[in-house]
Amino acid sequence: MKTNLRYKFFFILGVILVCIYGIIGLPKSKDELIANWHERIHLGLDLSGGTYLVIQVQQQDAFNQEASSDADRLKEAARKANIPVNEINVEAATSIQDAKNAAIVVKGVPSAQAGNFRSLVNEQLGEWVLTSVNPTDYRLTLKPTNALALWKNTLELSKNTIDKKINALGLTEATVQQRREDADSELLVQMPGTDDPTRVKQIIQTAGVLELYEVKGGPFNSREEALAQQGGVLPLGSKLIGQPITNGSTPSKGGGVYLVARTPVVRGQDIMDAKPESGQMPGTWNTGFVLSQEAARRFGEFTGSHIGTPLAIVLDGKVLEAPSIKNQINDQGVIEGQNSQQDAKDLSLNLKAGSLPARVTYEQESTVGPSLGADSIRQGFVAGIAGVLAVVVVMLVYYKKSGINATLALVLNAIILIACLSYFDAVLTLPGIAGIILTIGMAVDSNVLIFERIREELRAGKAVIPAVDSGFRKAFLTIIDTHITTVVSCAILFLFGSGPVKGFAVTLVIGLIANLFTAVFVSRFIFDWELSRPKPVETLSI
Amino acid sequence: MEIFKKTNYDFIGNMWPFIILSLLLTVAGLVSLWLNGGPKYGIDFIGGAFMDVNFINRPPAEAIRSALRQKISGEIEAQEVSGTQEVLIQTSARDDKALQIARGDMIATLNANFNKNANDQKLDLNQAPQATLADRLRDPLARAGAGLSEDQLQALSKAITGFRDTSPRSGLVSSLDQLSAVPGVTPKILDVIKQECQAGNFAIRSVEIVGPKIGADLRQQAINVVLIALAAMLVYIAFRFEWIYGVAAVIAVFHDTIITIGLFSLFHKQIDLTVIAALLTLVGYSMNDTIVTFDRIRENLKLGVRGTFTDIVNLSVNQTLSRTILTSGLTFLTAVSLFIWGGQVLSGFSFALVIGIMIGTYSSIFVACPILIFWRNLAEGRAAQGRSSVGDKGIKAAKPVKTAK
Repeated sequence: MKTNLRYKFFFILGVILVCIYGIIGLPKSKDELIANWHERIHLGLDLSGGTYLVIQVQQQDAFNQEASSDADRLKEAARKANIPVNEINVEAATSIQDAKNAAIVVKGVPSAQAGNFRSLVNEQLGEWVLTSVNPTDYRLTLKPTNALALWKNTLELSKNTIDKKINALGLTEATVQQRREDADSELLVQMPGTDDPTRVKQIIQTAGVLELYEVKGGPFNSREEALAQQGGVLPLGSKLIGQPITNGSTPSKGGGVYLVARTPVVRGQDIMDAKPESGQMPGTWNTGFVLSQEAARRFGEFTGSHIGTPLAIVLDGKVLEAPSIKNQINDQGVIEGQNSQQDAKDLSLNLKAGSLPARVTYEQESTVGPSLGADSIRQGFVAGIAGVLAVVVVMLVYYKKSGINATLALVLNAIILIACLSYFDAVLTLPGIAGIILTIGMAVDSNVLIFERIREELRAGKAVIPAVDSGFRKAFLTIIDTHITTVVSCAILFLFGSGPVKGFAVTLVIGLIANLFTAVFVSRFIFDWELSRPKPVETLSI
Repeated sequence: MEIFKKTNYDFIGNMWPFIILSLLLTVAGLVSLWLNGGPKYGIDFIGGAFMDVNFINRPPAEAIRSALRQKISGEIEAQEVSGTQEVLIQTSARDDKALQIARGDMIATLNANFNKNANDQKLDLNQAPQATLADRLRDPLARAGAGLSEDQLQALSKAITGFRDTSPRSGLVSSLDQLSAVPGVTPKILDVIKQECQAGNFAIRSVEIVGPKIGADLRQQAINVVLIALAAMLVYIAFRFEWIYGVAAVIAVFHDTIITIGLFSLFHKQIDLTVIAALLTLVGYSMNDTIVTFDRIRENLKLGVRGTFTDIVNLSVNQTLSRTILTSGLTFLTAVSLFIWGGQVLSGFSFALVIGIMIGTYSSIFVACPILIFWRNLAEGRAAQGRSSVGDKGIKAAKPVKTAK
């Protein structure tokens, strides 16, 4: 009996030490203790202050983009293979749910060429499924596996790009993740300590795609004018770019339609670095960029052989300017005329991060200011301490010395719970605090159940030791049932719930398991220890 | 100390007034819900924008409402938080586009109407994030001959915003002179701050903007999860006891939830995600309470205690009464302390707990137990009928009556 108790004592002591280490580590000073505490106990954004955004990736953009570039490829291939086709169009998807239905519609393939057309599609557009609408018309949709891959890729790319942009803003603690397993077009951006997301939102939504094109004609006032100039048909391998000139905008200020080479000389992904620079005039700002090695070689060759040709600098589809190439340029360039240092900085940031594969919309924005978070913690703390004190006082008055036993179990429960949160890297949120409160309630309940049982047994005339023994034994069944029922419901909340509900479930489950240990094992140990003294115990202070 | 020593109240004999009270409360709740067109959901469930603004001189809520109405579509509510200078502003604008700009619009309108002494050239210290403050002070400090290294500057800015954000200021500095209490703010630095900044009339404490789609999504998910959790508990209790015990416990919990939601509707309080957490908590408490009583009934049945089923239920309730009162009383104390000191963010949560604990305790005795008794009486009646008609309907009588063991 004695040695058994000694083993139990060391076991409990071990658990306490491991838990305390988990909470505060091995501090050498008071400052270190506080630092360790802050490092190990992670507060949710609702307590620490910060912002989170729920972003929806408009997947249909990526699908429409894919359909449109493959439609172009198909046109080109059909022309080369001498298969006459009336028209090849894209049937664009208009919503996220609809994204995978983005299709290429082909009309007017002579039925004699049907076989050739089929094999051409199989050869060139392997990711698409061809279905015939009627003998001359066809519809192409993405194969399910390819559609899934594109979907996932779009989400992943969006996530990485947003991550880059936010990190470049200096928000190093920020995280981007998929919001929920089954919400596969939604991203959750968490930014601790940020209390105004306006700028972040702006930067995420701004694309920042820089392209440099060889200019073949222009500027024109409108698309119609440009087309008329070319006799109604654009020359091969060229396209129109830019915006029509409206009143007030002049070609030099970024308006105008240009006829440019179809493929750009430099594209967004060629940019390796970008940074703001002050302009020649005081107060003006530019954004300088550096090209990657491979792009620099290509660009050097091009500029060397095209001296005198205008080069269109296009940002997000808008022609900024079209200066003539004066000499060979290798790896560096400057975008001039930013309004402020801030604008130049934002542009360089966007140039580096690249563009999103699809537009994004904001579904939710939640900001808790630091003052509210601080107040919540303080008020929660005061309320918690007041509640626990009240409980302890009542237990001590009602159960006398045995109340001490219950108090010790309660304190140990709290220590284990906090230590587990620290070891599991869990985040403490407001609903988590709700879980802790329920845990405290159930911990008190377990003790009350046991004590009431012991009292009953004593009233029935049992001696102290058998009364304690059967009190624990009988209460144990009840405690197991109440705990398992709650754990079962928590498991459901954890599996199917999200965010706040999950936080509640995690703290509650940890608390309940800790409670089985403290109320049943530790509390029993304290009773047994008390009763194992050589002098036989005749009365129990309960 | 002992309060309930061997009690023998006839709970079950006097259950009718309580059952009627329960029914009345449930009906009142349902009627209130029906009259108000369903529960009053917070914006996290229906979409909209919410803002918690703390003022130095709080304008009347009506003035805020009418100022915002000029600028923002949809229904606008402004509610003063008693005991503070805070105002909670909420708009039900559900349009995606309107929501995107809601934050900027609301702040601009508040600035234009309730920050009239503001000087456009100066930075509003009460609305400035740490980084903005540092950017603003960098050059003027250098010009004033009090230039700081970047680290020192950031530390100063952090100290000032930290001072502003802790209690009792809670985000609002009413006069810049208060800043002299911040370590590192010398009279020279304070002069620069006074020249560059001003203390505006309000601070934004929190903002929540929820799109309608995600709101509907969250609502559906919360309801689904709670229903599945209840079903899982029913299955576990049915497995450990008998299925009718599971049904009785779940009905009791349902009863608590409906009354609580009904009371929320009566008091015009909103149901938001924190209230859902509170409802989950009280489902836990109520379930716990019911199981403790059921456990005693099961034990007494096993021990073969004399008397009818009703007597045994009554005995069990009495035997566990001391524990029930004590536990509920103690958790009630915790909930009340949360309600008093827990602050505005937790107010909906603790309100639900305070009500829920009372109803949860009561429902174990007056809802869950009577259901068991009704069922038992019904089953016994049927069994008796079965026995009397053995001749004609042998098949029915041959069916084992599980509840009669």
